[in-house]
Amino acid sequence: MRRSLLFIPGNNPAMLQNSDVFGSDAVIFDLEDAVSVTEKDSARTLVGEFLKQTHDMPMEIVVRINGLDTQYYPEDLETVVSDKIDTIMLPKANVEYLNQLDKLLTKIEKDKKMTKKTGVLPIIELASSVLEINEIVRCPRVNGVLLGAEDLSSDLEVERTKTGNEILLPRMQIAYACAALKIDAIDTPFTDTNDMEGLEHDCRFVSNLGMNAKAAIHPNQIPTINSVFVPTAKAINWALRVEAASRQAAEKGLGVFSLDGKMVDKPVIMRAQKILLKARRYNLIDDNGGVL
Amino acid sequence: MKRAIAGSLESNDVLITVKESNCLNITVKSIVYDFFHREIEKVIRDTLAELGIDKIDVVCEDKGALDYTIKARLLVAIARMEGQK
Amino acid sequence: MKNSIGRFVPQQFKPFVSSSDYNNHKRKLIDEKKRTDGFTMLQSVSDMFDKLNITDGMTLSFHHHLRNGDFVLNAVAEEIKRRDIKNLKLAPSSIFPSNAILVELMENGNVTDIYTDYVNGPVAEAISKGKLKGMCVMHTHGGRPMAIESGELHIDVAILATPTVDAKGNGTGFIGKSACGSMGYAESDLRYADKVVLVTDNMVDSIESPQLDGSYVDYVLKVDAIGDPNGIVSGTTRITKDPVGLKIARDTTALLDELGMIKEGLSMQTGAGGTSLAVAYYVKQRMLEKGIRGSFASGGITGYFTDMLEENLFDELFDVQCFDLKAVQSIGKNPRHHAMSGSRYANPFDDNVVDKLDFVILGATEIDLDFNVNVTTDSHGKIMGGSGGHSDTAHGAKVTVITTNLIKSRLPIIKEKVTTVTTPGEDVDVLVTERGIAINPRRTDLLEKVKNSKLPVFTMQQLLEKAHSITGQPDTLKLSDQPVGVVVYRDGTVIDTLYKTN
Repeated sequence: MRRSLLFIPGNNPAMLQNSDVFGSDAVIFDLEDAVSVTEKDSARTLVGEFLKQTHDMPMEIVVRINGLDTQYYPEDLETVVSDKIDTIMLPKANVEYLNQLDKLLTKIEKDKKMTKKTGVLPIIELASSVLEINEIVRCPRVNGVLLGAEDLSSDLEVERTKTGNEILLPRMQIAYACAALKIDAIDTPFTDTNDMEGLEHDCRFVSNLGMNAKAAIHPNQIPTINSVFVPTAKAINWALRVEAASRQAAEKGLGVFSLDGKMVDKPVIMRAQKILLKARRYNLIDDNGGVL
Repeated sequence: MKRAIAGSLESNDVLITVKESNCLNITVKSIVYDFFHREIEKVIRDTLAELGIDKIDVVCEDKGALDYTIKARLLVAIARMEGQK
Repeated sequence: MKNSIGRFVPQQFKPFVSSSDYNNHKRKLIDEKKRTDGFTMLQSVSDMFDKLNITDGMTLSFHHHLRNGDFVLNAVAEEIKRRDIKNLKLAPSSIFPSNAILVELMENGNVTDIYTDYVNGPVAEAISKGKLKGMCVMHTHGGRPMAIESGELHIDVAILATPTVDAKGNGTGFIGKSACGSMGYAESDLRYADKVVLVTDNMVDSIESPQLDGSYVDYVLKVDAIGDPNGIVSGTTRITKDPVGLKIARDTTALLDELGMIKEGLSMQTGAGGTSLAVAYYVKQRMLEKGIRGSFASGGITGYFTDMLEENLFDELFDVQCFDLKAVQSIGKNPRHHAMSGSRYANPFDDNVVDKLDFVILGATEIDLDFNVNVTTDSHGKIMGGSGGHSDTAHGAKVTVITTNLIKSRLPIIKEKVTTVTTPGEDVDVLVTERGIAINPRRTDLLEKVKNSKLPVFTMQQLLEKAHSITGQPDTLKLSDQPVGVVVYRDGTVIDTLYKTN
C-alpha cells in the first residue's frame, strides 16, 4: 500500500543523502532518465554503495533500472538487486520484458542467496502497453503499475496538458486493472513543481478515478500527495461507526442492519474496513478512536 | 599514461582523478579536511586494498562527500581507467 | 578565569553568570549628550576631521542600516588612512564584506579595537588572524545600547549615515534615494555620543515624525551618495527552495501548533534567512486556516511580514531594521508599522519588545548537548557572524526555536561542545532538524505538551548520534590560546572568548 513515491536522481549524492527524510512511502532511485548516458556507470555504482550502507530506511526502496531495450540493464540489476531493496521499476514495460525480468531476478536472487523476493513496478508509457495492461498486471512479481504520461503522450503524438484529457483512458484502465488484482495504481508525476494547487487538484482527480498513489519528482510534492491519497476525516468517522454498529449487530446475530436509516450490508462493511485499514496504516486514528 | 576521473565538484560530491603510477600516491583536498581527512584517506586505502591495487596515483577533491560516495567515485574512476585501451 | 558555563574569560572582563543575572543589577545611565541649538554644516569628510578634531585614541561609532551598500564608514576609513591617525577604536553596529578597507587600518595600527554586534567577510577574517592590536568586542543588538547608555562603551564621535535630514537636523531613513527604513541601531549613538554628525545625501525642509531627533545633532555633512541602493536592501527576500529547509520549516510549524503557540494574539519574530522565512510562510498558512490574528511581529522586518500586516494577520510591526525594499516602502506609509530603537528592541534594562515575544525562530552554525548555540564562528573558530539579536530574542521569547540542517557538507551541526558560545543553552528551548526535534530537558512543560504527538522528538544526544551515524565521528580541533576578542552577553558579561586562527 502506497500513497507517494519519490524519484531521486541516482547520480546526485546530496539528494541520496536526504532521500529518507521527506516522508514518502517509497523512494525510487533513478538510474534511467535522470542520468545521462555518460554517467550510467557512476549512478549505478553510487546507488549500489549507498544501498550497502543503509540500514534503517523506513520506506520501500525502489530502483528504476534502464529498460530491457538498452545495454545498461544487466549491470544495473547485478549491482542493485539485493535484500536492501524491495522493488525494481521497469521502464517501457510490456509482457515480454516483464517475463524476462522475472527470470533475471530469480537467477540473481538465487545466486546472491537472497531472503527477499524482489517486487516489480512496470511503467506504462507506450500505447502498446496500455493495450496489454490486463496481461501486464498479471505478470510475475508485479505489485503495482505506474503511468508514465510524458513518454506515453509523445508516443501518441499529443500535447501533455495539466487537465490531462489525453491520458484519461490509460488512467482509468490502470485503475480498473489494478483494482481487479488489488495492487497499486500509481499516477504519473505532476511536472510543475511550483504549482501546489494544480498538484492537489490532479491528485484528487485521479483519486476519484480509483488510482491510489502518485509518483513525485520533487520532495515538496510529498505532503500534498500524502494528504490526498488517504480517506477523509468524514469517511473515517463513518467507517468507525459502521465498524461499531456491525460489531453490535454480529453480537445480536444480525447479518444486515441499518445506520442513519440506511441499510448496511456486506459490501458497505467491506468498504468501511478498507477505509479503516488505510487510516490505521497511516496513523490517522488516535489511541482513543478519534480522527487526527 | 592512463588517467580517468569520476564524480564532480558539486556539494556533497567528490571529484576523483586516478593515474597509473609505479608507487602509491594519495592526495586529499577537502572542505572538511580538518575534521575528516583521516577518514577520507582510510576509505581510499581500504577500497584500493579491496581491489588489490598498491600502485596508483589518486587525487581526491572533496566537497563534503560521505564515505559511500567517495568509494563509489573511486571505483568508477578506476574502472574507467582500466577500460581504456 | 572561567565563567559559569566553563568558558575562559580574559582578565579585564566580567564573567557570564546566567541569562537572568541582569535582574540582580540596577540600570546604569550616564547623562545624555548636551542638546544643541542647531547644527553646523560640514564641507567634506576632511572638514569633519578638522572641526571635530578627530585624533589618536578616539572612539568613532557607526550604524549598519545601509548594510553592504554603506559608503560612510569606508569614506571615514579613507580619511583615517590619509591622515594616518593611530590607535582608534571603531564601534560600527555591524561590519560587512564591503568594509574591507578596515583590514589595512588594522594592519597599520590606525584601528586597534573594534566593538560590533556582527562581522563577516575580510574584516572578520583579519580579526581571526589576530590583526587587531587590541580586541574585538562583540555585543548583542540589545547589549550595545546598554553598553552605550551605561558609559561602558564611550563614543567620542557618532558618524551616522542618514538617508534624509531636515533643516532642524532631524533625520529619517524612510525617504531619500538611499532610503533604508528604520534606523533603530543609530538611536543610542545619537543620544549618548559626545558629538554627533549626520551624513546625508538628501536634505529637505522638514520631516514628519523623524526617527532621529535633531536636537542631538552637532554637525551635518552633505555628500553625493551615502550608499549604493543595491547593497542597502535586497530587492526581495525569498523563502528557501531547498526541500530540506522547507521540510524543517513545515515540521517547525507543526511543532508550534502542537505547543499551542499558533493562537489568537500571537507575537513572533524570525530571522531573514530562507528557512526562517519559510516558517513565517507556513505559520501564515496556519493562521489563515485557523482564522486567527496575531498581536505583533518584530525585529528586522521583511516583505513577508509587511504583507501579513496588510492582510491584518498582525496588529502591529515593531521594526528595528528593514531587510528589503517592501519593508522600507511599508514603514513610510503604514501607521501600524513602527520603527523602534535598538534599546526598545532588546536592551535588557529597557521596556523591551523581545520580552513580549511568544516565540522566535533562529538559526545556528553549531548547537551542543547543553543547547548552547554558536552563530559567531565556524567550527574552526573563525569569526563569520555574531549574535545580532540572537541571544536577546532567545532570552526574551517564551519559546526559542533553532532551525537548522542536522548536517551541512558532512559537518554535523550538533557538537558535544560548540566551538564558541553565542547564546547560552538555558535560553534555547527547541532544535528542529530534518531528522528530528530535540527539546531542552529544562522545558518539562514543552515536553509534556508533545508527549502524545506524532512529532519525531529525540534527545539532543540521540540526534548527535544520528548525525554521526551518517557522517562518521569528526576529529576534534584544538583552538589556539591567543584571544583576539570576546563574545559579550547582553548584560555586559563575557560568555566566551574568540581565539586566533590560521
